Amino acid sequence: MFNFIARRVLATVPVLLIVAVLVFLLLRLTPGDPAAILAGDAANTEQIARIRESLGLDRPILAQFGIWAGQLLQGNLGESFYYKTQVTTLIGQRLEPTLSLAALTICLAVLVAVPLGILAAWRHGGWLDRALMGFSVLGFSVPVFVLAYILIWLVSLKLGWLPVQGYQRIADGAGLWLYHLVLPSVTLSVLYIALIARVTRASVMEALGEDYIRTARAKGLPELRVLVRHALSNAAVPIVTVIGIGIALLIGGVVVTESVYAIPGLGRLTVDAVLARDFPTVQGLILFFSFIYVMVNLLVDLSYVFLDPRIRY
Amino acid sequence: MRIGAAVIAAMVLVAIAAPWLGTVDPSLFDAGSRDLLPGKTGDITTLEGETLQHTFIMGSDSFGRDIYSRVIYGTRVSLIVGIATALLALAIGIVCGLSAGYLRWLDGILMRFMDGIMAIPAILIAIALVALWRGSIVTVVIAIAIPEIPRVTRLVRSLVLTIREEPYVEAAIALGTPTWKIMFGHILPNCVAPLIVQGTFTCAFAILVEAVLSFLGVGLPPDIPTWGNIMAEGRAQFVSFPHNVFFPGIFLAVTVLAINILGDGLRDTLDPKMAKRV
Repeated sequence: MFNFIARRVLATVPVLLIVAVLVFLLLRLTPGDPAAILAGDAANTEQIARIRESLGLDRPILAQFGIWAGQLLQGNLGESFYYKTQVTTLIGQRLEPTLSLAALTICLAVLVAVPLGILAAWRHGGWLDRALMGFSVLGFSVPVFVLAYILIWLVSLKLGWLPVQGYQRIADGAGLWLYHLVLPSVTLSVLYIALIARVTRASVMEALGEDYIRTARAKGLPELRVLVRHALSNAAVPIVTVIGIGIALLIGGVVVTESVYAIPGLGRLTVDAVLARDFPTVQGLILFFSFIYVMVNLLVDLSYVFLDPRIRY
Repeated sequence: MRIGAAVIAAMVLVAIAAPWLGTVDPSLFDAGSRDLLPGKTGDITTLEGETLQHTFIMGSDSFGRDIYSRVIYGTRVSLIVGIATALLALAIGIVCGLSAGYLRWLDGILMRFMDGIMAIPAILIAIALVALWRGSIVTVVIAIAIPEIPRVTRLVRSLVLTIREEPYVEAAIALGTPTWKIMFGHILPNCVAPLIVQGTFTCAFAILVEAVLSFLGVGLPPDIPTWGNIMAEGRAQFVSFPHNVFFPGIFLAVTVLAINILGDGLRDTLDPKMAKRV
């Protein structure tokens, strides 16, 4: 058990290393002077020279990577020349809205998608099943920002139930915070619900065909207990896996959703940084998001041991 | 599946026939015809300076450009980006996947590299690359294709690993067939069905990502009429003129939906094993 966890944790090291190499190469393989690109359009020659020195751009590329990776390991993502602060500070300031949005979206998606998926598998071929499958193809196809505008138009403009955009810090009151986050999280959760419901349905359907389900029914267990205790718990591994993989889609969705609803989080920061050609920030954000994605999937892998005692490494 | 194919065929026809569908040049504008509601008639000035009467079926934007013409011409951009991205990702993915699956010494390095790309959320790679290279159709296609390559590579590699054990591959090796000929002549043709399915999904995804990039203002330059650009321009006035956002949005959603339905149908027909899995 300890061995497995240690091995799995170590396995993330090469992936993270390659991510770092790719993000590093992103800038070096682009034609032009990396120092000038990093400094942005408003920099003077002196600033560019300083960056060139701090990055060691006159040294061979391996040494450059060494310097850069060394700073990275110390938690130094460089300085944003546009915002005039450390990128790490910048990320820290914008973390709360993004975390709130992501957490709310995941909770909402799981609470809606898993029961729907179970019901669809239970009444396989029925109207709910067909409706859910239709909805999931639709969910994959309607872009997040189109859906966002449909919801804003309907819920905020026509019905006037929720605010059009904006964000309130949780410190200013949880009610107001939730009030502003409902619409963005509903928007973002649709794609996620489509993904999770589809896999839940397939996975539960497979479990329902097993012999132990027939046994459980034969000994007279209530249907709900059969579905949850016997079918769902045996179908959990693919569901948790797809929740982990879906984080990549969620991050993409966060960028769009925050932009539409004017939420001052990391997604909005990404777009602003790209538009301002603020590359230290863009680099830092890509590294940060990828790190989160790899870590979530590490947790997902580790959870297999608890979800399915049959899995032994 | 037939519905999906029919809608895509219609979209392709619309893209080819764009100039003859009652459209005007999508870049034409007229200060007198700003923010018209759908169905209203107004003036439009041609490049020669002539003023024509024109019915704005989908209304006009805040520059007085015809949304209908822009949306119809936008179909061209979306389809080109979708198809070109799918072909590029397939081509590179096939080469990488065949190499990783057949040339065992390459497998470890290549697949770790692909794992690294897959660990970065696709939209972030695309945004960063377009920002570095500046937007044009070619850079957008490459930027969207790069995060899709690992998916194709993994698919091809997993297929190769089973196919390489087939007797006909063994026979080819015994006959002294050159390695590249085994890879491309004997193994690749047996991977075609799942690759077509993967290609349709990549195409749908590429159209979505291009729209997202343009919508965020980091994709194609604003003078090219794309669905994402039209929506980005319509954003500021969404409260009073929602049609600027809704018409391109509907086209985008219907196109992607059609491609996804076609992909699902193709998967069920060509590859029943895959259909069972999800």
